[in-house]
Amino acid sequence: MSRKTLVFTEQREGRLRNVSFECLTAACRIAGGGEVAAVLFGSGENGQTDELAKYGADQVYVLTNESLAQYTPDAYKQAMLRVIDHVKPDAIVLGHTGIGKDIAPRLAQRLNLGLVSDCTDIQIENDEIYLIRPIFAGKAFQKKVFTAGKPFVTIRPNNIQKKENPRPAEVIPFHAEIKDVRTIVKEIVRQSTSGVDLTEAKVVVSGGRGVKSTEGFKPLQELADVLGGAVGASRAACDAGYCDYAMQIGQTGKVVTPDLYIACGISGAIQHLAGMSQSKIIVAINKDPEAPIFQVADYGIVGDLFEVVPKLTEEFKKVLSEK
Amino acid sequence: MNLLVCIRQTFDTEEKIVIENEKVKDADAKFIINPYDEYAIEEALKLREAQGGTVTVVTVGPERTESALRTALAMGADKAIRIDSASDDESTIARLLAGIAKKEAFDLILGGNFDVDTGAGQVTIRLAEELDIPHIGAVTRLKVENGHVEAERDAEGATEVVECSLPALVTAQQGLNEPRYPSLPGIMKAKRKRIEQYNPEDLAPGDALTKKTKVLSTFLPQQKEPGRMLEGDLDDQVKELASILRVKCSLV
Repeated sequence: MSRKTLVFTEQREGRLRNVSFECLTAACRIAGGGEVAAVLFGSGENGQTDELAKYGADQVYVLTNESLAQYTPDAYKQAMLRVIDHVKPDAIVLGHTGIGKDIAPRLAQRLNLGLVSDCTDIQIENDEIYLIRPIFAGKAFQKKVFTAGKPFVTIRPNNIQKKENPRPAEVIPFHAEIKDVRTIVKEIVRQSTSGVDLTEAKVVVSGGRGVKSTEGFKPLQELADVLGGAVGASRAACDAGYCDYAMQIGQTGKVVTPDLYIACGISGAIQHLAGMSQSKIIVAINKDPEAPIFQVADYGIVGDLFEVVPKLTEEFKKVLSEK
Repeated sequence: MNLLVCIRQTFDTEEKIVIENEKVKDADAKFIINPYDEYAIEEALKLREAQGGTVTVVTVGPERTESALRTALAMGADKAIRIDSASDDESTIARLLAGIAKKEAFDLILGGNFDVDTGAGQVTIRLAEELDIPHIGAVTRLKVENGHVEAERDAEGATEVVECSLPALVTAQQGLNEPRYPSLPGIMKAKRKRIEQYNPEDLAPGDALTKKTKVLSTFLPQQKEPGRMLEGDLDDQVKELASILRVKCSLV
């Protein structure tokens, strides 16, 4: 059975987010040969529609409403409902991002649908869709199916490998009437850290109690910058006030699955391990050779992070400048 | 202010997960209030202390979840309600909670940003939709004054300042507050309080409670190969690590 599948994409600073391509790949699987429609919020003047076509979109609906420039649940819900009503999809896919997490449940309740959120894999067998998602922040996983209604899923960034699937996408301008938005965003304060989002970063450099101070995160940030990554933290570092809770990785906090996770001065409490142990390669740097973090690490260096991390930054600068 | 807090009982985050017959074994587990829901309780208590009113806590769960309600009462909540259902279906739970929310005129409904066990943060936001009220998710600072909400929310690292009118629903993010511990007199008082109980059929018609998804199996992640401790001179270790990672993680 083929299923017409609708993907809501997301942009950040005028570029499509990587998770949106991963969503398209997921949608192509679910569609099973059926059409895939993508929704773009914004004008698409940077070639976004071509990019979406490259990853499998048969149609791209372009929503240029000004009231969608900033996310609010009411405006997004109305716009999404109008597109859904027009496209009449058999399945819906969103990224499990800040926006995806906030809007998908509202949409699902309105449409009387189930929602399997935060999927790390989607498997199709005999036309049945199986959703794999972590529970207890990755201490375990569950395999779910839909028993009633259309499939509606959100996809965790960095898990489903995006795959090119070029289509001659039809670009369709779409105007959604939006009214009565009940929440108003008055101000946005961006964090001073580099623009790479923690949950979507390919490299995460993370600090724990061993970082000792706010200042102590500097060498970690420098290493992250060289690798194009983001900086995270353990709960101990957040509780000690060295950094903002937005950086916390663990069972409370964020769950990350980058290609490379570098844990600096983190002992490795079970709650922290839950938030990062599914990373592809884990490096641990810690003074204590007995620290539990070494048990999940692929590579370990026993040593003082303030000595090791700057050296590593220098070495990467050297290695990465060689072609 | 009439405040409703939706809470859920979860495994203690210290717990190791054991799978038995493709299900998570919960026989000997230690249970706690979902940490994010604790922030919601604390915030509701602070609002009541500043402005007066009532804090009602509600949960959907089997009998064991009454201990979570008792803890919330011991922290200072006025009333506790348990809806007797073991459902894990988010749309069902939201409808049951809506049944409670519609019984009284609540000004503000609070809940946690997500549940540390299921990893889902669906129920409270679904509840806002069910009640057709605005919501502000992942709140790290909250001000409620004269029927008006001003909140700061965590938007993937950026902070948004968002406003809306009551009635509204907010979900609590880490950093919102420091939840209090129940006091001894609070614990004693909580023991004597009655927990109101409802059955699902009291709150929603059966056909509104159709389960939409099903868990087929639960399993543990694959064990990783044991890692390698680098040895030798630190400079050599760093050099080796950088060259390994460059290839393995295709860093360019």
